[in-house]
Amino acid sequence: MIAYTDKIQEIARRLLKDCKVETVIGFRKGSVPMMNEPCFITSADAADGLVWDGNCGINLANYLTNRKEKIAVFAKGCDSRNIANHIIENKIDREQLYIVGVPCQGMIEKRRIRQMAPGEITEATEDGDEIRVKGRDFEEVYNRDEALQKNCAVCVHRNPVIHDEMVADEVEEQTDVDRFADVREIEAMSPEERRVFFRKLLEPCIRCYACRNACPLCYCPTCFVDESQPQWVGKSQNPTDIWTFHFLRAYHCAGRCTDCGACERACPVGINMRLLTKKLNKDAFDQWGWEAGLNLEERPPLDTYRPNDPEEFIK
Amino acid sequence: MKCIKIDKNEWAGGLEAAASTYRLFGPVKEDEFYEFKALEEGRAPDAAAMAVRNTRTSPRSVVYPQAEVLFEYTTDERDPDAHVMKEPEREEKPRAAIGIRPCDAYSFVLVRNNFESPEYQDVYWLRNYEETTFIGQACHDPCSTCFCTTAGCGPFHEEGLDVLLADAGDHYAAKVLTDKGETFMKAAGWGDEIDFPDEEWEGWKTAAGEKIVSEVPTDRLADIDTLALHDADFWDDVAFSCINCGTCTYLCPTCWCFDIQDENKGREGIRYRCWDSCMFPIFTLHGSGHNPRDAKTQRVRQRFMHKLKYFVDRYEAGIQCVGCGRCVQHCPVNIDIRKVCNLMNSFGETESCSVA
Repeated sequence: MIAYTDKIQEIARRLLKDCKVETVIGFRKGSVPMMNEPCFITSADAADGLVWDGNCGINLANYLTNRKEKIAVFAKGCDSRNIANHIIENKIDREQLYIVGVPCQGMIEKRRIRQMAPGEITEATEDGDEIRVKGRDFEEVYNRDEALQKNCAVCVHRNPVIHDEMVADEVEEQTDVDRFADVREIEAMSPEERRVFFRKLLEPCIRCYACRNACPLCYCPTCFVDESQPQWVGKSQNPTDIWTFHFLRAYHCAGRCTDCGACERACPVGINMRLLTKKLNKDAFDQWGWEAGLNLEERPPLDTYRPNDPEEFIK
Repeated sequence: MKCIKIDKNEWAGGLEAAASTYRLFGPVKEDEFYEFKALEEGRAPDAAAMAVRNTRTSPRSVVYPQAEVLFEYTTDERDPDAHVMKEPEREEKPRAAIGIRPCDAYSFVLVRNNFESPEYQDVYWLRNYEETTFIGQACHDPCSTCFCTTAGCGPFHEEGLDVLLADAGDHYAAKVLTDKGETFMKAAGWGDEIDFPDEEWEGWKTAAGEKIVSEVPTDRLADIDTLALHDADFWDDVAFSCINCGTCTYLCPTCWCFDIQDENKGREGIRYRCWDSCMFPIFTLHGSGHNPRDAKTQRVRQRFMHKLKYFVDRYEAGIQCVGCGRCVQHCPVNIDIRKVCNLMNSFGETESCSVA
């Protein structure tokens, strides 16, 4: 995917030079291995600083909310679905955006590579299917597929669903993946086992809200955990408050989440809170065949009412 | 140089003995990383734990827990103590932070500036700090993101420590720095005093310092005009990627801000304080609804200005950062204090500044 960088710079340069857009949102090279930093550029000269590789996992849809200018944004499959969400939810106009689609082969989970490496990684480069990492006294090569983010490994929408231009030809979509194996494992647990499981899952939480803030869906002007009149949730390390935050946030994402993995990726203490949102993704898929953000035409199931709804409770 | 030799075979036993007098804290393995937290009874940090360079969250919580009850009360008139604000019962044993890294120990020295000043003494923080003994561990092998040597301390820095251990293979060489440290060593039963060659210690120290590859320039910070720096044109660029989470501030050993909260159930209630973060929009939300730091750039600027300018000017104790590199490693969007410090320190030096 590193091959996209030249093309990305070229597109950004052209769009800014031709005044097609005022701002381009993309990534610049990070200051630590396996990290890139979201950035915006407003002049064609700055396009040289844009990069693309397997470390662009941060969902750029997050940076569009409430912007007023005409923007070009580079979008992976999941980013594009979240952009579609934003448009459906009236957070941004389609006309305001020039979406440059980036066919994705999955993003790298730096934590997994750090764990595999025998020491601290000081340099990491991607080369086709391989990731070469170096440390003070070692050099290792890992297979890219073994180091993908968990959500990327089971992603079936790697190609952008809406775009004005593509950086490259579409990539082949994965078809032989079991997307919800982890959710089924939890569903099979007894209530008591689940309680223990969730307690362990959320125990490390330090309430930094990186998961919420990295999530493109979490754009509420004031999150329910930040409300003070009335205050719904306590601010200590009380497990009930921590659970309330995570569970309620997941419910707020029901029928909207694209499993982009931004939440898990951002968590400084390695919590896989995707397990919560994925359960709701699975429910939406099982019950309505719904996957969020695949097009701009359909309303999400949870903001739709049909008079012929078969459920009694809603009538 | 006088040192106490602690044979590694006597490490676990010594800590077990110390645990009868002290509550021990140290690096503890979680699933994927190490935390600095209370050691379970009889569980000394093993070689792998002691080799951990940076625990994920800092040892800040040993002295300054993320949530700490200040008092409790009841309004139930049947209780003779109704309407009396009572402090919850405290654990009597003093604390000891085992294997704390020199940068983290030094962070408490910086933070003390905030919690103890001529006009204000924070009894909660000070009491916890004073009853804690810091058994530090020198860093022979610092991380690539460590920049302690330009942030006021270093891999063998002693300020803020009561004992400094250096790993000497089959034993630790323990340099006892204070009376508190000596008391702890006695409690652990470690008293094998040896003459440790100064040149070997200094050699280690130099070698470790040479392995530090990151640095921050700070020489101009104090002299730069505060308002001009506040209005510098690089803040929008620095702040763009920020998602306003609390990762940097909650992993940081030197962040000290807190919120005060009341919680009650029926007639019982508590008041506690908990960490807060200047990255959160509600941090500065006024009762009137006005928010002086409503925009992301204002909040990001505040964090860096506080650590690298206001603190420098107010306390003349260097920057409010010990160079542990946690925020550099774990910021979800790669905002790097080293780069920002560089921008700030070179402000006005050249005509334009750029982050990239």
